[in-house]
Amino acid sequence: MKMKTILMGAACAFAMAPAAFAERGSDGQLNIIYWQAPSTMNQYLSGGNKEQDAAALVNEPLARYDASGAIVPWLVDEVPTVENGGVSADLKTITWKLTEGLKWSDGTPVTSSDVKFTWEYCTDPDGGCASSNYFDGVASIDTPDERTAVIHFSEPKPFPYGPFVGASTPIIQKAQFENCVGAKAQECTTENFNPIGTGPFVVTDFRPNDVISFKANPNYRDPNKPAFATVTFKGGGDAQAAGRSVLETGEFDYAWNLQLSPDVLASMESAGKGTVIKGFGTSVERIMINLTDVSPDLGDERGTIKHPHPFLSDINVRKALSMAIDRALLTKIGYGETGKPTCNVLPAPAIYVSTANDSCLTQDIEGANKLLDDAGWVKGSDGIRAKDGVRLSVLYQTSTNAVRQKYQAAIKQWWNQIGVEVELRNISASVFFGSDPGSNDTFQKFFADVEMYTNNFNGTDPEGYMASWTCAQIPSPENQWQGNNMPRFCNDDYEALVKEMSVTGDINKRAELAKAMNDMLMQNYIILPITHRASVSARSNTLGGVDMNVWDSQMWNVADWTRAK
Amino acid sequence: MTDTAQPTKAPRSQWWDIWDQFRHHKGAMLASFVFLLILFAVLFGKFLWPIDPAYNDFGAMDQRPSLAHPLGTDGLGRDALAQMIQGGRTSIAVGLTAMLLSLFLGTFIGVLSGYFRRLDGILMRITDLFLALPLLPLLLVMMMLFREPLSAAFGPEMGIFILMVSAIGITSWMPTARIVRGDVLALKEREFILSAQSIGTTPFKMIMRHILPNVMSPIMVSATLGIANAIITESALSFLGLGFPPDFPTWGRLLNDAAEYLQIYPERVIWPGLAISLTVLSVNYIGDGLRDALDPRLRKR
Repeated sequence: MKMKTILMGAACAFAMAPAAFAERGSDGQLNIIYWQAPSTMNQYLSGGNKEQDAAALVNEPLARYDASGAIVPWLVDEVPTVENGGVSADLKTITWKLTEGLKWSDGTPVTSSDVKFTWEYCTDPDGGCASSNYFDGVASIDTPDERTAVIHFSEPKPFPYGPFVGASTPIIQKAQFENCVGAKAQECTTENFNPIGTGPFVVTDFRPNDVISFKANPNYRDPNKPAFATVTFKGGGDAQAAGRSVLETGEFDYAWNLQLSPDVLASMESAGKGTVIKGFGTSVERIMINLTDVSPDLGDERGTIKHPHPFLSDINVRKALSMAIDRALLTKIGYGETGKPTCNVLPAPAIYVSTANDSCLTQDIEGANKLLDDAGWVKGSDGIRAKDGVRLSVLYQTSTNAVRQKYQAAIKQWWNQIGVEVELRNISASVFFGSDPGSNDTFQKFFADVEMYTNNFNGTDPEGYMASWTCAQIPSPENQWQGNNMPRFCNDDYEALVKEMSVTGDINKRAELAKAMNDMLMQNYIILPITHRASVSARSNTLGGVDMNVWDSQMWNVADWTRAK
Repeated sequence: MTDTAQPTKAPRSQWWDIWDQFRHHKGAMLASFVFLLILFAVLFGKFLWPIDPAYNDFGAMDQRPSLAHPLGTDGLGRDALAQMIQGGRTSIAVGLTAMLLSLFLGTFIGVLSGYFRRLDGILMRITDLFLALPLLPLLLVMMMLFREPLSAAFGPEMGIFILMVSAIGITSWMPTARIVRGDVLALKEREFILSAQSIGTTPFKMIMRHILPNVMSPIMVSATLGIANAIITESALSFLGLGFPPDFPTWGRLLNDAAEYLQIYPERVIWPGLAISLTVLSVNYIGDGLRDALDPRLRKR
């Protein structure tokens, strides 16, 4: 009899266990470390990844990108498309329908007027909204009923998923932020630090640039989530200390953005407390080649398209520079497992990736030498090639960063082997990437022959990124040296492709156009891509459910995170 | 009748006395030996160890110390010993030259302001001004304004060397100036100065013959501290990308590059760290010995 009770009890406990496991708040405390500390909990007031990730625990968009880059419904039941009628045939309206019964963390219902308010909040000219470019082209938003929001664009939008999709444009509560529009946006510190959201957690204590405490949202739409009852989101320190705290000591469960050299990361990981996780987005470390003459003698016309470069305007020289680089070796030295050698400036998502340029993956010093010989560049007594009195001597600049200086040293050696003299220069990142038009050392002014840095684009649609290399984007004194076309490339065929893409809706056709543009840039050798870089984070071995996402916030699925037993 | 005793041999020069005193300072003798050894190594090491410090040997990356590479190799397969030799040339050259410049400026301004009452106010305010200047923004501006013209005139390496030495020199003379001024003010009231004045010594002669020799000891101490300061400032500048081109090794740069690998390859931090410490320590001890030797009161002990 007694035995039977015990057995019954054991059976009951067994049956209850899975239920208890999935209960809200059953997994206790989650510790996250970001070595750059968030300064606000409002995504609209900061474009930084750290703020977007911290606020992603609270504020959510209508739809997000999942880890594969596909758009998934989040606060709606389905993603509107032309096929299901959510996007109009003329590509000028998109209709979002909120999931029924959605509640804010204070218990009030989420309505379409909140969606409309969010747009008004971000597009107020005095508000200084960091994500306002996502709302470009939005003419108006209609709210025919409580759950429906219709976005009208002023022109056809082949890719209408800018507003309210992804990490940068979440929905904020109208009732809370009504009095914080325009110039008052920055002053509403209580609202900005303690937003009412739809996400799995709510803020209990926010200390700017230090630490944020969260607890589970009692009104979260899935009654069994999140698994963690409280979250501590710690900011500050450096990448090495953050990595160590997850991988070696296990004090934290998740660390973000670990830009460390591969052997350092590997030695930390070997401690066995955690795992390095990576995701390949669109970041490519590339060398930009300057097609204009930057000689200081030219005065104000230095680095403008009025004066073509004395030798880099010869495609054979550019091609030889590309052939001399061993991309695989560089990537192994600089990034190890967290990088891949690449020959494309557009490396992802998969459907946009061209395979036409893959021959550059193999280094060919002999071929490069032969190419230069044939093109009439003859080696002089000092081993440097010259033609008509023009010596192949390049100034190679980049930002100060241990990995970049390794790249520079290795590439210098290879270029010396093909008879090109190289002078290296590194510039403090804050100056190099600062867009001060008064400084001659910015990457936009580009007063050097070649320069190296990493760039990427947000979301999964490359239209805006590929339009970076149009004539209108050339930095010049007329536009205060703003613009993204660093090589100063200007080609009518390329302009035509850009124009075509802006009016093409079909995804396969868009992919073809993007590949054609990528191939044109690559085969002109004005950009020499080297490494496709991954985002690198670390998670504790006891943390389950993490799905590294490079297309959206890394915290996108934090509601699904659990403590692995 | 009194017989004046004739000296039987020529009087000893005072430098012999100084050398005698210096010889008995054990620390200073050891330090001189170490410093000369380091100087010899960086000057002639190139001929004894003829590997090119800039050559990337991709077949020998991240090696521990071995016979082929006595101090190991770095992440690009560059030989650490060759880099240490090459880096030492730059670091010591920058350290010594910047120290001389800052010493010259500091002594000049200190003596002038201590000796000539009329100049005192304005020179000391200038000193305060320089002390209050934030060093890094000032260096940034200097680099921006002068890097290109200097690189064009002297080549990238020599141009940066001149810029670096003058940048460090003109931002580190202030402590020397203050110390020297204080000593000069005290000396000025001494009787021997008064008597020198009474026989009509000109200010220039006065400074050269009576003041300077007597403020030698604080200047020596400043000098030894100055070398250390210059080597460290150079490494900080290189780290910020304001210094020499990245393929141009200096001890400071080697140290900064290696800091990340402290756990995996501790030797990479130890070599340049040891070299900097030994240089600074030995120069300090030499300064200590020289000060004792140069001070006539201590010498007679």
